[in-house]
Amino acid sequence: MIELFQTIAAYFEFRFVQYAFIVGILIALCSSLLGVTLVLKRFSFIGDGLSHMAFGAMAVAAVVGLTNNMIIAMPVTIGAAILLLRTSQNSRIKGDAAVAMLSVGALAMGYLLMNIFPTSSNVSADVCTTLFGSVSILTLSIVEVWLCIGLSIATVIVFILFYNKIFAVTFDENFARATGTKANLYNLLIAIVTAVIIVLAMNLVGSLLISALIIFPALSAMRVFKSFKSVTISSAIISVVCAATGLLTSIVAGTPVGPTIVAVDIVVFLIFLLVGFIISRVRKGR
Amino acid sequence: MALLSFENISIGYDNNPIVENLNFEVEQGDYLTVLGENGAGKSTLLKTMLGLMKPLSGKIVFDKKVKKTEIGYLPQQTVVQKDFPASVWEIVISGCLSKTGLRPFYSKQEKEIAEANIKKLGLEDLKKRCYRELSGGQQQRVLLARALCASNKLLVLDEPVTGLDPKVTVQLYEIIASLNKEGITIIMISHDLQALQYANKVLHIGHQTFFGSKEDYLKSQDYQIFSKEGGKQND
Repeated sequence: MIELFQTIAAYFEFRFVQYAFIVGILIALCSSLLGVTLVLKRFSFIGDGLSHMAFGAMAVAAVVGLTNNMIIAMPVTIGAAILLLRTSQNSRIKGDAAVAMLSVGALAMGYLLMNIFPTSSNVSADVCTTLFGSVSILTLSIVEVWLCIGLSIATVIVFILFYNKIFAVTFDENFARATGTKANLYNLLIAIVTAVIIVLAMNLVGSLLISALIIFPALSAMRVFKSFKSVTISSAIISVVCAATGLLTSIVAGTPVGPTIVAVDIVVFLIFLLVGFIISRVRKGR
Repeated sequence: MALLSFENISIGYDNNPIVENLNFEVEQGDYLTVLGENGAGKSTLLKTMLGLMKPLSGKIVFDKKVKKTEIGYLPQQTVVQKDFPASVWEIVISGCLSKTGLRPFYSKQEKEIAEANIKKLGLEDLKKRCYRELSGGQQQRVLLARALCASNKLLVLDEPVTGLDPKVTVQLYEIIASLNKEGITIIMISHDLQALQYANKVLHIGHQTFFGSKEDYLKSQDYQIFSKEGGKQND
């Protein structure tokens, strides 16, 4: 046991491990905050679609030769978020089709571009990194770290300031609208913040696994906790703990970061599922 | 002047009117029941009243005493709400949201309003309970408390007794009637003729539009036809 701690301590001597840890935890915190709203508003699929859009944008950025991919990925993903929200409001089915179309299209075009204009000798590895985030978290530059910290803090502040409004719009959009709350504006805000989180989270888990980071902590918390506040707070804690555990495990065991974190999230979800089941049984038994 | 008046309103979707040239007025303290068959346009009328939809033509005039956003609304339950993790308190106080404006958090005064409405509807013991674990009648009382937080002048209720058992239905009607006695104007959409018992005015939309006092309505042909059809539905 002591040996394990020593190994971990030794790894933390490295600057890139420290960066990975700071950024990983902040991303986990942010992604869990909106998870509850996205799950409850039945918007989970939008998160998935957006992450594929972000992949396409990343590919374009790589081909163009930008050192900081976020410059292109961020505005493209935000634009896509606004677009998807618009279409899904008009009609449910059309929205679904639009998400599928955009996301699969972006995925295919991204891969195609990366193959036609390869930026390194090993295209498959590049693609794998963007999809599953295996090493990108360990190769962050100091600029990216600060960008992540800044955007994460902004996300948390926006969430806290608009917490009551986000709750009202999530629980009952029509009521909120009828009593004069600008529901469309807050939906837009939710979509933009989601897009920002997704671009950030691509560094941690890669574009295919982002949805897991967003929805698993929320779903786990919803099994056990009963109020919106407790679900939000506990999903943030679950997400941070899972990310930290996953990061440590992957560093020590040498497993890919993204899938390891998601695996921890899944285990925690199963535990909470069981706990929730037991609690409801005990209640009924009384 | 009437609290709320509909002047030559036509409602519907995509320029396909469901109801045309509707004229009626709601006075302060009224209890108006809106009746009509399924598909007659009751829900569309309600959405138009709440400003969720624009009327195809005509206009809705609000008295200066009520702002357009000062309508307490009791909606039909949505699928989302069935497994929504929220406490009774969180839901009731969300009715005060329009009062906060740009302020991010609820003030002490708004919390007091929420407390008072929780008490009024006898929900003190359920305050910390999870909404999704409550019975249908309790859930409706929670949503009613939230509606009262949004307005103490005008309540709009959309089929409030759907899915409730007869005993709870009567209880809920009694609560609504007592709110009306306190001076709150009630507009209730229903296809339940039991709802008529408490109303003083009736708006019937369908093949023919009727608007007037309950007494006149009970003598009208609309009522004769509707009560027969309603009876058939219940069989």
